[in-house]
Amino acid sequence: MAEEASHTFLRQFGCEQSLLSKPDGSASYFQGDTNVLSGVYGPAEVKVSKEIYDRATLEVLIQPKVGLPSVRERAREQCVRETCEAVLLSTLHPRSSLTLILQVIHDDGSLLSCCLNAACMALMDAGLPMSCLFCGITCSISVDGQIITDPTAEQEKESRALMTFAIDSAQKGVLMATTKGSFSVTELQECIAVSQKASERIFQFYRDSVFRRYSKIL
Amino acid sequence: MAAGFKTAEPLEYHRSFLKENCRPDGRELGEFRATTLNIGSILTAEGSALVKIGNTTVICGIKTELASPTVDGPTKGYVVPNVELPSLCSSRFRSGPPGEQAQAASQFIADVIESSEVIQTEDLCVEKGKLCWVLYCDIVCLDYDGNLLDACIIALLAALKNTQLPEVMINSETEQPVVDLEKKRPLKVHRHPVGSSFAVFDKTILIVDPTAEEESLSTGLMTVVMDEEGRMCCLHKPGGTALSGEKLQDCVSRAVARHTEVRKLIDKVLESMKMDT
Repeated sequence: MAEEASHTFLRQFGCEQSLLSKPDGSASYFQGDTNVLSGVYGPAEVKVSKEIYDRATLEVLIQPKVGLPSVRERAREQCVRETCEAVLLSTLHPRSSLTLILQVIHDDGSLLSCCLNAACMALMDAGLPMSCLFCGITCSISVDGQIITDPTAEQEKESRALMTFAIDSAQKGVLMATTKGSFSVTELQECIAVSQKASERIFQFYRDSVFRRYSKIL
Repeated sequence: MAAGFKTAEPLEYHRSFLKENCRPDGRELGEFRATTLNIGSILTAEGSALVKIGNTTVICGIKTELASPTVDGPTKGYVVPNVELPSLCSSRFRSGPPGEQAQAASQFIADVIESSEVIQTEDLCVEKGKLCWVLYCDIVCLDYDGNLLDACIIALLAALKNTQLPEVMINSETEQPVVDLEKKRPLKVHRHPVGSSFAVFDKTILIVDPTAEEESLSTGLMTVVMDEEGRMCCLHKPGGTALSGEKLQDCVSRAVARHTEVRKLIDKVLESMKMDT
């Protein structure tokens, strides 16, 4: 569990891994009241129609808290899938399938970034080879131009613009970006800089949790 | 020889061109394909436009309907965008319910409409809490050769600028709406969002307006939507290789230039339509 820092405020976040018995990797990730449960299956057998001859087929499913997945979930699935594809070394498992399921437990803002973090934790738990790690950060720009990282649902509603980035751990580059509302180019650059700064804390958390988990064996 | 090379090693084939700062179709890295626009192609729709960017062809029709507004927004109408990718446009799409790409594109267009405030939903209100307009923006791709999102935004913008809403009065006795088809007024378009798409090759080379082949070979795609004041309405990068801040800045300046190009094109076509009538 992480503490709050002064410069980039993130709500309290934490994660539990390997909490489900059936999936090959699972994680439950929370940021404040936002909570996502994720499970990874694979590498497993793939349907012939979805088979790719030189790499694994990744499928991402996002299940909302109530009701059936809609167009909004599809758009989110696409974002998460393409982010994971960029870091996963899927060429090591050709002609196989990877399935990542994200179940929304509770949404209190910054849902997409929580989905990304839960996905990364589950992929780590499954032990799938990745070129680097990634994390998701949501920033909102309030009406008076202030940048808020990891906003709650209420802060999201009051904001003028909302952006979600996926940052990779190797170069701190922007893997995925999706925005809502209008903003200037300098505001965008500022938000990216703030997110990169905030990502360091999440990566440190990843490192600590892995360290804690495996240090018992040594 | 060249044809065999292209089929056997498509990525190497493209790389050999990119090394020389050009592309297989003769374009430079930062060059868009020829964009053509026809406005008012569908006479039965309230507004329509057909856009071609190279081979990519997209048609947008806007149909209107009267409905009652929601309780949350009694002064607001609705804009319902929908992007269709029928099996006609490319072998990669199957018939049946819309696939992931079509749904993601629909959501993207809905986000652009909301973020850019191209239409203010208050303008669609006929009478508060009773009657408002619904704009169904149906975008159909006829030929898919990459850069779908740019084409969709241009088609949508041109079609909205072409849309005429008939006058509606509410009969005070029967409380039924009466539509006067003789009197029509154009829809107010508040802002002009224009998109520019980019593809990243080999994690470093940035090209604009990718074709379908370039899209599938690239390691990342990105779409930047700008309005006339140089503000960004949408930055959509659904994954792929990481981009640095400088590269992003390059994309933004290219997107600003593209905005003026497209704006001029739309104005020119609208002007020529006025001259005809």
